[in-house]
Amino acid sequence: MSVTPDLDRRTLLRRAAAAGLLVTPAAGLLSACAGSTPSQNDDSAGEKSNDNPFGVQDGSAVKVVIFNGGLGDAWAKEDQAIFNAKYPNVTVNMSSTQKIKTEEQPKMATQPSDVVMNSGADMMDISTLVNEGAIEPLDDLLAAPAWDSEGTVADTLLPGTVGDGTYQGKFFVVNVAYTVWGNWYNSVLFDKEGWTPPKTFDEFFALAPKIKAKGMAPYVYDAVHGYYPRWALMATVWKSAGKQAVIDIDNLKENAWRAEGVLPALEAWEKLVKDKLLLPGKLDHTQSQQAWLDGKAAFIQVGTWLKNEMAATIPPGFEMKISDYWGLGATDKAPNDVYAGAGEGIVVPAKAPNKAAAKEFLRAVLSKAGSAKFAELTKSLASTKGSGDNVQDAALASANELMKNASSDLISIKLWNFYADLDKESQNLSAELMAGRLTAAQFVDKMQAAADKVAKDSSITKQTRDA
Amino acid sequence: MRHGVARFVTGFLALPVGLYLFYVVWPFLQAAGYSLTDWGGYSDRQQFVGLDNYLRLFSDELIRKAFWHNVFFLITVPLFTIALALFLAFLLNVGGREDKAGIRGVFGSGLYKVIFFFPQVLSLVVIAVMWQQIYRADGQGLINGMLMKIGLVSEDEPITFMYDPEPFLGVPAVLWWLLLIAVWSGAGFYMVLFSAAMQSIPKDVYEAAILDGAGRFHTFFRITLPLLRDTVSVAWVYLGFIALDMYALVFVMTPSQGGPNHASEIFASVLNFTAFQKGQFGYACAMGVALAIFTILLAALQLRITRRERIEY
Repeated sequence: MSVTPDLDRRTLLRRAAAAGLLVTPAAGLLSACAGSTPSQNDDSAGEKSNDNPFGVQDGSAVKVVIFNGGLGDAWAKEDQAIFNAKYPNVTVNMSSTQKIKTEEQPKMATQPSDVVMNSGADMMDISTLVNEGAIEPLDDLLAAPAWDSEGTVADTLLPGTVGDGTYQGKFFVVNVAYTVWGNWYNSVLFDKEGWTPPKTFDEFFALAPKIKAKGMAPYVYDAVHGYYPRWALMATVWKSAGKQAVIDIDNLKENAWRAEGVLPALEAWEKLVKDKLLLPGKLDHTQSQQAWLDGKAAFIQVGTWLKNEMAATIPPGFEMKISDYWGLGATDKAPNDVYAGAGEGIVVPAKAPNKAAAKEFLRAVLSKAGSAKFAELTKSLASTKGSGDNVQDAALASANELMKNASSDLISIKLWNFYADLDKESQNLSAELMAGRLTAAQFVDKMQAAADKVAKDSSITKQTRDA
Repeated sequence: MRHGVARFVTGFLALPVGLYLFYVVWPFLQAAGYSLTDWGGYSDRQQFVGLDNYLRLFSDELIRKAFWHNVFFLITVPLFTIALALFLAFLLNVGGREDKAGIRGVFGSGLYKVIFFFPQVLSLVVIAVMWQQIYRADGQGLINGMLMKIGLVSEDEPITFMYDPEPFLGVPAVLWWLLLIAVWSGAGFYMVLFSAAMQSIPKDVYEAAILDGAGRFHTFFRITLPLLRDTVSVAWVYLGFIALDMYALVFVMTPSQGGPNHASEIFASVLNFTAFQKGQFGYACAMGVALAIFTILLAALQLRITRRERIEY
């Protein structure tokens, strides 16, 4: 679930390896993780209690595999310490890697690890894992009492975390990192100039000339990856047209793109481009982020991994803060919905030998103490509520603040996870709109046409969402 | 004795041929087999659909677009690469002044040879990453930066290179910029190839021509080029394969791997998208097989057209 495009070269190599699979007999391995029915024998059954809800057996061992990517693996060692403080006689064999699929998939059908963080470029396809019955539903983890706070584990999670890990009605994936998307700005600069971060496009358009007068471009975006500007476009669509309109769009409902509020949202972006408020040139994600850090532009939109990603090149006296995506103003149907969600998923294989300890370990990961360490070490929010409360980091604090003021609904778009064709088309059109080669009306027409085409195509399996 | 030699040779060949059959030919056949199914790539379920995937190719707009982009490269990459390589090879080998030592290349040709060959030692991905910096579409790009310094390009409107779908001579600009890289990176190798071929042309042929008063222009077109015919023909076939691929450059350099908005889509990028993002391996295999057939036909045609009597020196 890594949201950053990371290294293009790495993706290339992955694709090359996958292309090799296409034409080699090894293709049979692709389905090698096909599990038989989940084994029912609970060989790890210890005494169950409120304090030990899964019955972890003293003296047993649990094997944990951590994805060592942008977030590192230091946070997981803290969780191990928390776990071992309670279960000194349970051995935690922790290892970390970037090659999750390469190393873990062959073991899934026989002797898998107990806890696998399925993330990064080389991750196992989640819907395949679910369809093949290869991973364990973790609904009992949600219902278990929280490690070090009141209520159940589910009660301690940030909104969206349960939904993001639920497939076909069951909770399978514990997404540990919580990402908030929005518009970033340099608060030191804004304080000095007396600017306030806008809440609506109108406020932004009013502020833009003042920014330009300082020799800065008001806005910079990633022109390489179409899904970067797409987050922002769709966030505005959601705020303006409301949740139901986006649900209809995701469900390929007829004329969903022509719903009230969709076009005006995109027209705001069209105006931003037409008024030449963008930094000239076409940059990729890190180049645009660096241009923003260098003070060439006032705003950039991206997720909360930004600080970690750019840590090496943040200039002194630069204080990055996130603010909510802009809406249109009074006509907005959902002005206070924030774009946020959980990622970096951990799964428990159905054939894991020590599932009790695996779930208990996850309970430790989601603990207050563990998630606080996570936020402190990674500068990203954990999926557990309040993880960033005691971290002295302005970027994290601003994300925390944004979440506290958010309404209960979170912006989430499923379109691009449902259909590869619409993923491609929406990325391309978003880039075209931002390049000024497409008007908002053309964008709507083309998206509607693409959606209709998918809806009519019987070879594509349809998916739906209710909320 | 003779019998023993045959067995000796067969013994040596068995293993490589076996490996070749298992790792190259067999996967090809498998891909051809999958192209007749609706296999999705991640399960063991697949249905036989006959030639449906192939019929679908003909009505697929994206494939048609990609096909014409490949045809563009198919014509331009060999044309420009060979022309440049021939020009360089001629200058480096016989383009210089003749003196007592006979015909030779221009001054410093040894050094130029190394410089021109240099891109060949770099992997194509490295070349692509390097050119990303050269083509960077703001003031920090090598080309844009220089042009801005001398005032030919305004700071507010840098050349956008990979992001420019505007047609030039009916072909999106982004394809022309990709072509430049392909020619730059390929010319060195063919220059060396042509140099080797030129060195096998007897010097007395040139000397005779020069005595008769032929200039550089005439020696090139009347002597060098006709005698290089075989080499050029082979080079044309090789470059045709490269032109039908172009995958690494498109994948690393263009926005959304084939963008902006499909302006640089090629067969391989559509295939990649179909297989690994759409999960339609069967259809993607059909694309691959169709491309393979097209390539083989083209190579056969090319070698057939250029076949003619060999000249013995």
